[in-house]
Amino acid sequence: MTITQSRRNFLASSLGLVIAVSLPMRGRAQSGAALAFQPDGSTPTFAPNAFIRVAEDDTVTVIIKHIEFGQGPFTGLSTLVAEEMDADWGQMRAESAPADDEKYKNLLFGLQGTGGSTAMANSYTQMRKAGAAARAMLVQAAAEEWGVDASTISIAKGVLTSGSNTSTFGPLAAKAALLTPPEDPAVKDPKDFVLIGKDRPKLDSKAKSNGTAVFTMDMDLQDMEYVVIRHAPMLGGTVASFDDTEAMKVTGVTAVRQIPQGIAVYATSTYAALSGRNALTVEWDDSAAETRTSAQIMDDFAKLATSGEMKNAEENGDIDATLSEAAQVIEMEFRFPYLAHAPMEPLDAVIQVKDGSAETWGGFQFPGFDKQAVAGNLGLPVENVKLNVMLAGGSFGRRAQPSAQIGNEIGAIAKAAGRDGAWKLIWTREDDLAGGYYRPMTVHKMRGALDADGNILGWHDIVVNQSIMAGGPMEQMMQDGKDPTSYEGATKMPYDLANLRVDWVRAESVVPVLWWRSVGHTHTGYATEVFLDQLLEAGGKDPVQGRLDLLKDDMGRDRAVLERVAKMAGWDGTKVKGDKGYGVALHESFGTYVAQVAEVEDRNGFPHVTKVWCAVDCGVAVNPNVIRAQIEGGIGYGLGSVLFNAVTLGEGGVVQEQNFDTYRMIRINEMPAVEVEIIESTMDPTGIGEPGTPPVGPAVANAWRALTGTNVTTLPFMTPAGA
Amino acid sequence: MTTFTVNGETRTVDVPGDTPLLWVLRDELKLTGTKFGCGVAQCGACTVMLDGMTRRSCVTPVSTLEGADIRTIEGLDTPEAEAVQAAWTAIDVPQCGWCQSGQVVSAAALLYEIPNPTDEEIDQAMAGNICRCASYVRIRQAIKDAAKTLEG
Repeated sequence: MTITQSRRNFLASSLGLVIAVSLPMRGRAQSGAALAFQPDGSTPTFAPNAFIRVAEDDTVTVIIKHIEFGQGPFTGLSTLVAEEMDADWGQMRAESAPADDEKYKNLLFGLQGTGGSTAMANSYTQMRKAGAAARAMLVQAAAEEWGVDASTISIAKGVLTSGSNTSTFGPLAAKAALLTPPEDPAVKDPKDFVLIGKDRPKLDSKAKSNGTAVFTMDMDLQDMEYVVIRHAPMLGGTVASFDDTEAMKVTGVTAVRQIPQGIAVYATSTYAALSGRNALTVEWDDSAAETRTSAQIMDDFAKLATSGEMKNAEENGDIDATLSEAAQVIEMEFRFPYLAHAPMEPLDAVIQVKDGSAETWGGFQFPGFDKQAVAGNLGLPVENVKLNVMLAGGSFGRRAQPSAQIGNEIGAIAKAAGRDGAWKLIWTREDDLAGGYYRPMTVHKMRGALDADGNILGWHDIVVNQSIMAGGPMEQMMQDGKDPTSYEGATKMPYDLANLRVDWVRAESVVPVLWWRSVGHTHTGYATEVFLDQLLEAGGKDPVQGRLDLLKDDMGRDRAVLERVAKMAGWDGTKVKGDKGYGVALHESFGTYVAQVAEVEDRNGFPHVTKVWCAVDCGVAVNPNVIRAQIEGGIGYGLGSVLFNAVTLGEGGVVQEQNFDTYRMIRINEMPAVEVEIIESTMDPTGIGEPGTPPVGPAVANAWRALTGTNVTTLPFMTPAGA
Repeated sequence: MTTFTVNGETRTVDVPGDTPLLWVLRDELKLTGTKFGCGVAQCGACTVMLDGMTRRSCVTPVSTLEGADIRTIEGLDTPEAEAVQAAWTAIDVPQCGWCQSGQVVSAAALLYEIPNPTDEEIDQAMAGNICRCASYVRIRQAIKDAAKTLEG
């Protein structure tokens, strides 16, 4: 079941993932009071706004509007508040905001959502102002309490001082709660930052090191049943008929129901549900399914690069004339497979339905969509649904579901149960890897023109893939039928290419596709930086100096990261030293500039990456510790996929890679050493969750070509198990 | 009925004998620190200590556990485990955190066997534990830090 978002009016934007949404007017007035009450109704706390609660025990809890799945918003957004409040880091706590598209909207999306590496970018001013408001109110409360002028009060590490008067936040909370929040509080001059820009321990590391962190799958409600779903083995398949006789004989299985997504098995334990699912007999209807093999789909897409309907994404000069007059034309075709996100915690959700209301828990990246889906499935007014955003065991885009896939499933499960109760939906790894919503399979057909001196005169890139946005609530963001997430990064390159054209051909399949850590940049970064490297080599240019010479004059941030990484790696123009090859790549995504150099060895004909140097410019480095972690992880994530990963559709469209034995994850022995340097900046912060991922693939491919002469244009490097 | 010890407490469960220990821990005993990641012993998220050795609980039928001694992340209290957890927190190893219970159990077991492991020994011992966030750089570092702490 799909819930149409027709009441929402999506406005197109020219910027990649920036979404503007106008929400229906809500009747509810925003609370003006600075009071919030604890759930038990006892102690009032000081709540100057929707983001901060100060308790009498001095703890400051920051309500985090972005889902925490490892990228660090609990720590990052709390740092912004602590900075402006002059709090002590030890008193800070973080808590997920519930679903509320008004109060907790992403200021770049217009609704609550995490994606496009925007958490810090859109929260930077908002959370600082929230903290500054809280600070001003605490100062005012202290001034009244002590009978002093507010200007005499200073705060450091959570202690207010004026002359001989001192107080922590807690004792002032009750008084501050009676004050009116200031409209537009002043924030600090960056030169006065105490916490921002310094390494800060993460708020959630301890609970994630001792097993006490609670994720969706860890929840337990009274009389809760466990549910698994048998999904169709081919994408787009539906149930033709089923027989649950054997499943119902399994001890602990309480019910089997057909729902729009497949067959749901309800049981008193996870294992009983799984055993019941194994005992099901289901006949599938594949009439609306994708039944081509992935090899056939790829061939069809490649043909579209010459025969499909081209939509122009960017054009400078006259590429056709340039190609026909060039001294040398180089052509390359790149092929990128479907990729699964494979978060370590498979998809899941919990729901409790009682007396015409529902409460749901899950790792929702667009919680408003899922809330509406739950309400729609259950036939409840959306006001009667509460949706809680939980810590999630990874996502990488998988939980950012405009289609509200999990909200719809958990809603359908509760609806089909036909009674009040509590249910936990658990996906297995097989459900996850075979479940679609992949990084789009993509073809880049590229042509480059060189003059007799090896200078690049022209560049033509035809990108073929499915649209992520089409067919969902975000389709209205597409302009002239173009989905910028399909080719972002192939356009707006930093290089001065006088004759350039980028075309996009929209390919079709019912295989659902989705944003996968860095979205279009996953393939555009690879195709453009490998092709460019090849052109530079053909023209006799150095990979680093050749890029620097090509950069437009105003691309100073690209220039700075490339120069820095060359220095870090000791780049001297030698691409092979002993048994090691070196390659470079430069790629901006989500407003963050990243350059990497990879060091690669040949181990039995396969690349082993020993080291990656990375220079990054993401504006103000709010927490360098988190930035380094995201770069390290982003490199591992990108490297693993480039080396090992493809989702393969076999005969009849059945997904071949069902678990980690065939969908091979990068492991610690394959992880390179990583050295990160962050460019000092006073620019507003940009994203860090995704931008580390795109450059590693091309850097490794360029190093591998230098070392072995082999140009890898069909990914992954390793032949997929299912192919 | 199967009776075994979990984190020092005697527990008896009445579930089908082929039920994996993982689901007994999580659903019956409510010890949810041990995680489900793959169900086929490929990822290590479900790693526990069984009679002093690491074991993938997702492929360990409860019928094989009569009289066994099991330690989960909730009950790890060896000096190695404490040093590992302190090192993990100190340099912020976890990102999403889902795999980290298994990583900590495997790392503590490694340091019990090899107090001062080389990079290669770390890689060998930890290669069974997948981290999808690829926190591997810090896992290596934290194991070395913990080894130093234990040396004293």
